[in-house]
Amino acid sequence: MSTDHSTESIQDHIRVYLIVFGALAILTVVTVLASYLNVSTSEGIFLALIIASVKASLVAGYFMHLISEKNTIIWILLLTGIFLFVVMFLPLISATDQVNI
Amino acid sequence: MSTSSHNHDHHDEGFIRKYIFSVDHKIIGLQYGISALVFLLFGFSLMAIMRWQLAYPGTAVPIVGFLFGESGTLAPEQYNSLGAMHGTIMIFLGVVPLSVGALGNYIIPLQIGTVDMAFPKLNAASFWSFFVGGVIMVSSFFMPEGAARSGWTSYPPLSIFENGQTIWLLSMVFLITSSLLGSINFIVTIVQLRAPGLTWMRLPLFVWSQFVTSFLLVLAFPPLEAAAVLQLMDRVAGTSFFLPSGLVVSGEIVDVAGSGSPLLWQHLFWFLAHPEVYVLILPAMGIVAEILTNNTRKPIWGFKSIVYSMIFLGFVSFIVWAHHMFLTGMGQAMSAFFQTTTMIISIPSVVILTSFFLSLWGGSIRFNTPMLFALSFLPMFGIGGLTGLPLGLAATDIYLHDTYYVIGHFHYVVAPGTIFALFAGIYYWFPKITGKKMNEILGKLHFWPSLIFMNGIFMPMFIQGLAGVSRRLSDGGEAYAHASGVLHWNEFMTVSAFLLGIAQIPFIINIIMSLYSGEKAGRNPWDSTTLEWAAPSPPLAHVNFDSEITVHQSAYEYSVPDSKKDFIPQTEK
Amino acid sequence: MEVPYIVKEREDTGLINSKLGIWIFLASEVMLFGGLFSAYIFLRLAAPPGDFAYWASNLSVPLATVNTLVLISSSVSMVMAWASLKLNDFSKYKMYMGITLLCSLIFLVIKYFEYTSKFHHGIYPSSSTFMAIYFTLTGLHGLHIIGGMIVMVYFWLPVGSKLWDSQPEHFANRVEALGLYWHFVDLVWIFLFPVLYLL
Repeated sequence: MSTDHSTESIQDHIRVYLIVFGALAILTVVTVLASYLNVSTSEGIFLALIIASVKASLVAGYFMHLISEKNTIIWILLLTGIFLFVVMFLPLISATDQVNI
Repeated sequence: MSTSSHNHDHHDEGFIRKYIFSVDHKIIGLQYGISALVFLLFGFSLMAIMRWQLAYPGTAVPIVGFLFGESGTLAPEQYNSLGAMHGTIMIFLGVVPLSVGALGNYIIPLQIGTVDMAFPKLNAASFWSFFVGGVIMVSSFFMPEGAARSGWTSYPPLSIFENGQTIWLLSMVFLITSSLLGSINFIVTIVQLRAPGLTWMRLPLFVWSQFVTSFLLVLAFPPLEAAAVLQLMDRVAGTSFFLPSGLVVSGEIVDVAGSGSPLLWQHLFWFLAHPEVYVLILPAMGIVAEILTNNTRKPIWGFKSIVYSMIFLGFVSFIVWAHHMFLTGMGQAMSAFFQTTTMIISIPSVVILTSFFLSLWGGSIRFNTPMLFALSFLPMFGIGGLTGLPLGLAATDIYLHDTYYVIGHFHYVVAPGTIFALFAGIYYWFPKITGKKMNEILGKLHFWPSLIFMNGIFMPMFIQGLAGVSRRLSDGGEAYAHASGVLHWNEFMTVSAFLLGIAQIPFIINIIMSLYSGEKAGRNPWDSTTLEWAAPSPPLAHVNFDSEITVHQSAYEYSVPDSKKDFIPQTEK
Repeated sequence: MEVPYIVKEREDTGLINSKLGIWIFLASEVMLFGGLFSAYIFLRLAAPPGDFAYWASNLSVPLATVNTLVLISSSVSMVMAWASLKLNDFSKYKMYMGITLLCSLIFLVIKYFEYTSKFHHGIYPSSSTFMAIYFTLTGLHGLHIIGGMIVMVYFWLPVGSKLWDSQPEHFANRVEALGLYWHFVDLVWIFLFPVLYLL
C-alpha cells in the first residue's frame, strides 16, 4: 500500500489527533466568548465564520486526512467548493439586486 | 442468460436473486430500461389526453374520458394535473432513467472493459429507490387528493396549497436518492475501473458524457432535495419558508408566520433544474457521437474539443439558472450576469454540434436505423438550441417567457433531440444486449413517421408562442383575442401527436419480434471499435468478458491507412 | 472475477473505491447543507430586521456549547477507533467505537431536551421563519447523526465486525469510510452552532 500505515506513523497520527482535539475545544470556547464582543452584525458574522472555518479546516485536514489526500479527492472538493459558493451567494446577491417597483 | 466455464458462481442463484434483486449491472440496466419505456409511454398518454382537449375543447376525451367525470372533458385542475405529471414523469421517470439508468448502467462497465460497477449492491439500491419513487408518483393519480397540479416546477405559493403535491415531494425524495447513489457509482466506476491502457483520452465519448452528467447530478440535486424538504414542511408543518407575509388565498389572509420568499424556491429549484437539462442532453450527445463515428467509418472530428466542451458545458451549467427567472423582478446586474453566462454556455454546445456535422464530411455513410436517428439529432437539436437563444436574452425573454415558444424550444431538444438519440442507442446496442439484430424495415417504419410528426407537433408551437399564447392554459388560449389567429394549429398538432404515437408501434413490435426470432448478431455486428463489442452478445453474467481486456488504441480508429480492416478495435495491438 | 480496488489501491489514482465513493457522497452532502444555509441567508434578509436575533435568543447557548464539545469528542474517539484497527487492537477499537456511540447518544438526548422545551413553550417550526430553519437544519443534522449511529452499531456488533476476522483491511477501510462521514457530520455542526445560536 502506498499510504504509510506503520505503527510509528499511526502513533504520530494519534499525537496529532489529540493536539487537534485540544485546539478544537479551545476554539469552541473562543467562539462562544467572541459572541459577547461588542461588534457590528456583519463583523460578528465574519468573525464567527473565520473561527468556524479554522475549526473545520482542522477536522477536515487532520481527522479526515485531507492534508495528505490524493489529488483526485482535492480536485473534487475544490469543484464542490466553487458550486457551494455559487449556491450560497448568488441567490443572496439576487435578493439585493431587485427592480424598484 | 448465457453461462460459461469461466463463470465462477459459488452457488446457483435463485430466480429472485438472479432477476429481481440482481446486483449485475446488466440486469439492473434492463430493469431501468423496461421501467423507463413503460413510464415514457404513460407520460405520452397523459399528453395525448391534454392535446385532445386543446384541439377539441368541450368534446369528451375518447376511451378514457369517463375517468375525468360525467362530461368526459377535463376540468382545469385535471388538465393541470396531467400537465404537471407529464413533465415530471417524462423527465424523472422516463428520459433520465433510460439514458443514465438503463444505457449508462448497461454500457459503461462494458465500454471501460470491466466486470461491473464499483458498488453493485448500491446499484441495485439505486434501481429499487427509483422504482419505489416511480410507483409513489404514479399512485398519486389514485389518491383522493389526486395527482400534483402545480407544474413540474412546483412554484409556491400555489404548490403549498394545491392538491397532490405532498406525494409528489415524497416521490422526489426517493428519485433524488436513487440519482445520488447512481451517480456516485458511475463516477467511482469510471475513475477506478478502467481497463489497463484505457487512458482518459482513449475513453469513448459516451463514457465521457456520462461522467460529466454524474457530476451534475451529484452536485446539483442536493439543493433541490433541501428545497423539497422545506416545501414539505410548508405543506405539513405550517412553516412559511416560501410564503410571504400578508398572503391572501381565496379571499382570506393565510395564517402562517410569513416572512418567507417564493423566490427562494425558484432559486433552489432552478439550481438543479438547469443542470438537469444538461443531464438530459449530454448522454444523448455521447450516444450520437458513438453512432456517427461508427457509421461514417471515420474517427469523430474534434475528439478532444468535444471532451473539453462537455466538461466546460457541465461547469457553466451551474451558473446560468436564473435565466428561468428573468421575469421575477431582478435588477440589471443579475440579469446581465445570467444572460452573459447563458450566451457563453451556447458555445460548447455549438462546438459539439459542429464537430458532429464535420464528422460527416468525407465519411462512408451507412444509413442504418441507428444512424438515421443519430443523423436527425443534428438538425433537431440545432433547432432546439437556436430557439433557446431568444429565451436566454432577457429582452426577448420578457415577451416569450411562459409562452408556447418555450414549450417548442425545450421539446425540440428533448423529444426529437434526446429521445431520438436514445432510440438510436437502443437500435445500436440491442444486438449486444440480446444477441439478436433488430429488423431494419420496421426500424425505418418507426423512424420516418416519428421524424415527420415530431416536427408536426412542435414547429407550430413557435408560431403560437410568438403570437403570445401562454403555456399551461387548459383551454389552449381560446379565451384570449390575441391567440385567435393561431389556435387552428391546435388540431394540427394534436393529430401529429396521435400519429406519432401510432408510429411507435413498429418499434414495439420490432423489439418483441427480434427478441424471439431476430437474426443472430454475433459479437460485433456493426464492426465497431469500442470495448463492449469485444464481449460476447449478450455479455457473460457477472464477468462480462471471456478474455482479459487490455487497451492499445484510441476509441475511434476507423479507416486507418495501411490497416487490414477499416477499423481497429481498442484491444488490438 | 471480483470488482478490483476494494482493498488494494489503484496505481494512478492512489485510491480505493470506497474512499472515492464516500468523498463524492460527502460532496453531495456539502451541497445539501449548503442549500439549507443558502435558505437561511435568504430568509434572514427577507425577515424584518432583528427578527432572527429575537427568535434566536430563545435558544440555549450553554446546552449547544456542551453539544459541540460532545460531538468533537465523538469525532476524536471515531478516529481513534480507526487508528486502533490500524494498530491491530480490536478491543481498543470496540472501546473507542463504544465511546463514539455514547457521545452521539448524549448529543441526541440534549437535542431532545432542547426540542421538547421549545414545544413546551409553544414554540414550533411554524412560529417563525427562524424557528422553521432552525428545526429543519438541526433536524436534518440530527437525522444524519441517527443514520451514522445505525452504521456504527452495525460495525460494533458481530454482524458487521466479524469481517475483521476474515478481511481485516477491508473492515478497517469500511470503518475509515464511516469515520469520514462522521467527521463531516461534526463539520456541519461546527458551522451550525455559531450560525444558529450565536449570530
